This record gives sequence, structure tokens and C-alpha cells, in this order.
Amino acid sequence: MTETIMSDISRALPEIFLLVAAFSVLLLDLFLSKSMKIVTFLLAQLSLLTTAWLVYNRMGVESIATSATVNNVESVQYALAFSNMYIKDALSDLLKIAMLLIGSAGFIYTRQYLRDRNMFSGEYYALVLFAILGMMIMVSANSMLLIYLGLELLSLSMYALVALQRNNGRASEAAMKYFVLGAIASGMLLYGMSIIYGLSGHLDLTGIAEYVKSSGMTKAGSFDLGLLLGLSFILVGLGFKLGVAPFHMWIPDVYDGAPTAVTQLIGTIPKLAAFGMVFRLLVEGLGDMQTSWQQILILLAVLSLAIGNIIAIAQTNLKRMLAYSTIAHMGFVAMGILAGSNMGYSATLFYTIVYALTALGGFAVIMMLSRKGYEADQLSDLKGLSQRHPWMAFMMMIILFSMAGVPPTVGFYAKMMVIQSVVDANLAWLAVYAVILSVVGAYYYLRAIKIMYFDKADTETTQAETGHKIGLDSHILLSANGLSLLALGIMPGALMATCVAVINVTMK
Amino acid sequence: MIPLSNFLILGAVLFSISIAGMFLNRKNILILLMCIELMLLAVNINFIAFSHYLNDMAGQVFVFFILTVAAAEAAIGLAILVVLFRNRRTINVQDLDEMRG
Repeated sequence: MTETIMSDISRALPEIFLLVAAFSVLLLDLFLSKSMKIVTFLLAQLSLLTTAWLVYNRMGVESIATSATVNNVESVQYALAFSNMYIKDALSDLLKIAMLLIGSAGFIYTRQYLRDRNMFSGEYYALVLFAILGMMIMVSANSMLLIYLGLELLSLSMYALVALQRNNGRASEAAMKYFVLGAIASGMLLYGMSIIYGLSGHLDLTGIAEYVKSSGMTKAGSFDLGLLLGLSFILVGLGFKLGVAPFHMWIPDVYDGAPTAVTQLIGTIPKLAAFGMVFRLLVEGLGDMQTSWQQILILLAVLSLAIGNIIAIAQTNLKRMLAYSTIAHMGFVAMGILAGSNMGYSATLFYTIVYALTALGGFAVIMMLSRKGYEADQLSDLKGLSQRHPWMAFMMMIILFSMAGVPPTVGFYAKMMVIQSVVDANLAWLAVYAVILSVVGAYYYLRAIKIMYFDKADTETTQAETGHKIGLDSHILLSANGLSLLALGIMPGALMATCVAVINVTMK
Repeated sequence: MIPLSNFLILGAVLFSISIAGMFLNRKNILILLMCIELMLLAVNINFIAFSHYLNDMAGQVFVFFILTVAAAEAAIGLAILVVLFRNRRTINVQDLDEMRG
């Protein structure tokens, strides 16, 4: 008995450590004066990096353990814990490391921004740590209960983070919209889960997968109304969380209204967690219903690509434009998943990680151009950036090229792999459609680049900017971020090979 | 013994009322919050009914977690509502239109 508990704890050690660290940050912050908040920042940073190290250190360690719950048949490597509620496998490890590292980079980018806006406080860091903990639980869940709890821990922290600037009317309006739509999505997801539970009698995904297999849904033309009803509700919930059209209404308002530091957080790591959640529920739980959810995902992908790319053209606000660009990118993620092959899942995993890195840099540039009492969130704020900050403009150009999918940046390779997997799934029309809308989408990315390089800066912008110092740490990190997009685009092999290996191991 | 379908119909009706309430209500955010709460309770009825008829405790445990999370959710929702009211002096749904497009 004690042995099981000890092995359970050792498998979930990164999460347990992060939980304790988040509480410590919250408590210690109470004893720090306003000038000492840097200690909170360093502690939060240290917690994330230590957790990442713990995850990295324990990768594959289970294959030598000899517990009854460990399956080490040939290359299959996963370990269950806490009565099969928690799963630790290659996919969860990779996603967790990516989330923690991106979270830690986000902390460095946001430090100056938060300071200028009186948000440099313990609450911010504790809430971010809790949100990341929720996402780690989501990608490690093997039970619908754990998926729900992780999702709520993430969502509740995010609602609070969006509303953190108490005297900001736009932020509180965004928080209210986010809260109401997020709660509806959770309700839909739960209703679907209750139906699936009632039919299968299981909360854990393995049991659900067995039930679906035995129900005969794998055969073409078979029809089980109950399962389909449950699946549709779950897909509505997932669609909301992923942010695909027609469930995208919250994205532009929340991205626009939230402080940019929070927008950066919402726009990067939760996408990885959402991919993990979709993979666990649809592929591992309801994988044998692929013919059913493929149809729905095709519809979602088609709508997302159209709405995201076309409405983004009309935006003058940079954050709103990036919000619509997110919707289009999530359409690509849905496309990769609906291909339903290992290649498709690997391509999607690669795409999601790359997108998170790209969005991280994009929002970082907005934050670096903002200063006390001024948000540089309009497209016109980019005017003449190449004269004011040539290096930053170059980095932003790489980021925008990567979002548009222009070689040699990594966005091109990521898009190509997803499209390739869709073609392999005999959906060539969808691939053609995606390419056409990517060309439409390239227009607004290129317009932003044109504004940076060919428009003259207003004199007032230049004047207001004198005396505004951007931290060296942000500059170094942005350079690393932008150049990594270029490097990954030229040599995508290593990361892609990792993604393929991870999916092959996870797909048992 | 009451058949399972009766409970499921009750759950479905409550769920539909909550959805209808959200879309028909054009006035007050508080009513939206009440609808969200009703939605979670409809799910709870589903879970408890299934759990009883399947003789499986897991569903009832799930309900405990949903209730706890719903309480936390209501706390955060009301806190955001208070912040919003302080900034805008209104909790009318139609007045939440500063951001568009």
C-alpha cells in the first residue's frame, strides 16, 4: 500500500512540486515589501525551471520500475498513478517541458511591462503558476474527472488574470465575456462527459476506449445516437477551449481587452494544453469514433480558416489581428487532428509547439513597444519600426513570416506537414482550401511588415519614445526567440523527429 | 422504481432551460450567472442518475467535484461582476459593447 502511494507520488512529482511552489510564492509574497517583489519573480521563475528539470529528469524512468501498473512491453512506455487517473507518458512529458519553458520565457518578457502597470505582484505570479499547474494536469489526465479539474484550474486562474487590472474597464469587460463563455463551454463539456459516463460506466479514458470499441462504432455506417450526442457536446466544449470557429467569439475580445502580458499567456501555453486535452479525449478516449468526429472537425477547420483569415484583414488593432490569426492557426490544428493518422498527430504537435513559440515573440514585441500609460497595440504603432529599432523590426518580420508560413521560417514547414497529412487522409480539397486561405492570410501579415519597413514614423511617436528603455533581457530573449524560428525552419528535423517518436510511443 | 429516462429527461430539460435563459436574457448579467449554475446542476442530475443505475460510485464523486468547482466559479464570477460594476456602473448585458469587430 505505502509502496503504491510512494510510486504514485514519484510519478506526479513535478505537479506536486509546482503546487507547493505556487503556495510558497503566494505566502512569501505577503512578507515582501513593494521594492522586494523581484524576489517573488525570481522564486516563480525558479519554480518553473525546477519543475521543468524534474519532468526532464524523469522522462522514461518508469521503464525500469517493476510496479504492477507499469507496462513495459517492448517500446510501450507509460505509467499510471492514482487509481489510473493520472498518466505519465512521452506526450505529457514533452508538452509539460514545452509549457514550462514557454511560461518561464513569458515571465522574462512580462517583467518590465507588469512593473510599469503596477501589476508586478505576487498574485500575478501565483495565478500563473496555478494556471500552468492546471495545464500540466490536463495533459496528464487519464480520466474525465482529472481533465475537468485541470481545465477548471486553468480557466479560473485565467479569468482572474484577465481582470487583474481592477481599474481597467476594458479588461473587466473582457474578463466577464471570457468567464460567461468559458463557463458555458465547461457546462457543455460536462454534459457530454456525463452522457459518455452513463453509456460506458467508466470515467477513465481506457475504459471508455474499450466501450467504444465494443459498441461497434468502428464499422462504417454504424450509428449510436447516445455516443454521438455525447461526442457532439464534448466537441462543442473542446471547440470553445481551443478557440475554433464558430466557438471563437471570446478570443478577439479577450485578447484585445486583457493586459498584453496576460494575452501573451492566453495565446501561447493553453494552446499546448488544449492540444493535449483534445488528444486525450478524442484520440485516446473516443479514437474508435474517428469517422464521426472527423466530419465535425472538418466543418470547424473550414469555418476557422475562413473566419480567422478574412476578418483579420479588417482589423486595425494588432492584438485583435493576432487574435483572428490564432483562430486561423487553430483551424490548422483541427486539420492535423482530423487527419487521424500518427503523422497527422505528430504534425499537429509540432505545429502547436511552433505556434506557441511564434505567438510568444509576437506579443513580446507589443509589450516591448508599450510604455507606462501607453499600449502599443495598434497597427499604426509599428510605423517606422525599422528606423527606430531595426533589430526588433527584423525579429518581428521573422515572427510574422513564420505566422504567414513563408519559407525559410518554421511556420512554412509546420503548415506543410499538416497539409501533407491531410492529403494523405484523402482530403485533398481541404488541403487546397487551406492553402488558398493561407494566401489570403498572408496579406495582413505582409501589411504589418510593410507598415514596419516602408511607413514613416509619426514625430509624436518618436518623441514619446525617447527615454523609454527596453530591458536587455527581453532583447536577448526576443533575439533567441526570433532566431530559433529561423533555425527551426532551416533544420526542423530534430524537433519533428521528437514529435513523431513521441506520438508513435503514445499511440500504443 | 422511477425509470432512468425520467431523470435524464429532467436533466435535459434543466439544461435546455439554462441555455434558453442565456440566449433569451438580454438584460442582466446576474441572470447569466444563475443560468450557468443551473447548467452545472443539470449535469449533476445526469451524473447522479447514471451513477445510481450503474451502481458505480465514481459518478457521485464527480458530482462533489463539480459542486466544489461551481462554488469557486461563482466566487470568481461575482468578483469580476463587482469589478465590472465599479468600472462601468452597469451590469446590463447590452452595455458590454466597448470592444467590437
